[in-house]
Amino acid sequence: MPSKKNATPANPAPAVEDPDAPPPPDPVPPVQVLYCAVCTFPPEYCEFGASLTRCKEWLKEEHPDLYDKYYSEDALTAKLGTLSVEAQSKLEKDTAKKEAKAEAKADAALKKKMASQVTIKRIERNKRKHVTSIHGLEAFGIDLKKAAKQFSSKFATGSSVTKNPQGLEEIVVQGDVSDEIVEMIEAGVGVLKGIPADNVEVVEEKKKKGAE
Amino acid sequence: MFKKFSPTTDIAGHTPVKTSIQRGIRAGILSQWKIEPETLEAIWPKKEGLVLVKCREHISIYTVHNEPLLFQHFDGPYYPTLQLLHKYPYILPMVKVDRGAIRFLLAGAHMMCPGLTSVGGYLPPADASLPAGTPVAIHAEGKDNAVGIGITKLGTEEMRKVNKGVGVELATYLGDDLWALQTL
Repeated sequence: MPSKKNATPANPAPAVEDPDAPPPPDPVPPVQVLYCAVCTFPPEYCEFGASLTRCKEWLKEEHPDLYDKYYSEDALTAKLGTLSVEAQSKLEKDTAKKEAKAEAKADAALKKKMASQVTIKRIERNKRKHVTSIHGLEAFGIDLKKAAKQFSSKFATGSSVTKNPQGLEEIVVQGDVSDEIVEMIEAGVGVLKGIPADNVEVVEEKKKKGAE
Repeated sequence: MFKKFSPTTDIAGHTPVKTSIQRGIRAGILSQWKIEPETLEAIWPKKEGLVLVKCREHISIYTVHNEPLLFQHFDGPYYPTLQLLHKYPYILPMVKVDRGAIRFLLAGAHMMCPGLTSVGGYLPPADASLPAGTPVAIHAEGKDNAVGIGITKLGTEEMRKVNKGVGVELATYLGDDLWALQTL
C-alpha cells in the first residue's frame, strides 16, 4: 500500500519533464567549493574572518594560484572599487582588531584547558559498594558519551553520563575503579587523549552519617 | 536564527520522519526551490530516512546521515543549509549586497534595503521580482559563493521604492553556529 502510494506522486513528475528535456535527465553534479582549512570559510571570505594572516599563509601554501587571485595588488585595488578609502582603512583596522581579539581568546581558552582539573571521585554507596564519578573530561574535548561507553566495556560495568547537582555533566561508573581510570588517563587509552597526568585528582567521598 | 546555537542545550530530540510526511516535505521542496527531482534524489535519496532534529524556538532541522540538509521555522518555507546552497547555488533566487554590508552580514545583521539597491548590490529585475516572504540566497559583491540565506521582508520592487529599513531578514550566514555544525 505505501509503495503504491509512493509511486503515484513520483511518477507523473518525470513523465511531464521527459518530453521537453533530454530523455535520461541526470542529476546535476554539485559544485565543489573549496573551504579554507583555517577558518572553514570559502577562501574569498577569509578577509572577514578572525584569522586572516593564518588563512593567507595556508592559501599561499596549498593553492598559490588562488592566493594570487585574492591577495595580489590588482585584486586589492579592484576590491576598492566601490568603497571609499577611509571605509576600507576602517575595515582593515577592524579586521586587525578582531584578529588580535580572537588570538587572545584562543590563548585564554588554551590556558584554561591546561589549568582545568579532572576529578575522579570515589563515592561510597553502601558499606562495601562504590561508584566512581569522573568530572571535567569535557574540558579536554573528550566526548563524554564515548568515554562512558569505553569505561563500561573496559570494566564490564554500568557507566553513564549524568548531570550532577551543579548541572554539570559527569561520567558515573559503577564499582570502585578510580585507580584503573587514573592509569587509563595516564596511558591515554582510546578516546582519553591529551590529558596531562598532573591535572588528575582523586578524591574520596564518604557517605554522611544518618543520610539516607 | 543560528547566531547562538549549541547542540547540547538547544536540541530537544532526534526523531525519524514518517514516510508520509517525508513525501509532503519532498513535494514542498520541489515546489519552493528551483531544483530538479533528479538532483533532489541525489542529495536526498528516497531510501534514506530523513531525521528531524527539533530545536528550541520552533526550529526544525532535517538531516540525512547526520548531516543537516534543510531547516524550517514553524511551518515556514524550507531553507537549505549554506553548505547545500554552495553545492547547488541555483536552487534559490539570488540577491546581492554591496561590499560595505558584508561585515555586518557576517555579524548576523539583517540586510537593509540600501545595501541591496546600491551599485554593488543586485535585486532581480522588475519582470522577475520576488514577493515578500521568499527565501533567497544572499551573495556579496565580488564574491562567487553565497554568504547567507535569508527571507525577503519586502517585495523586491518595494525595496527599490522604499529603500529604507530591513529588506532581507537573515536566516543563516557564513560562520554562524549552524555553519560550524558539520554533523548532528
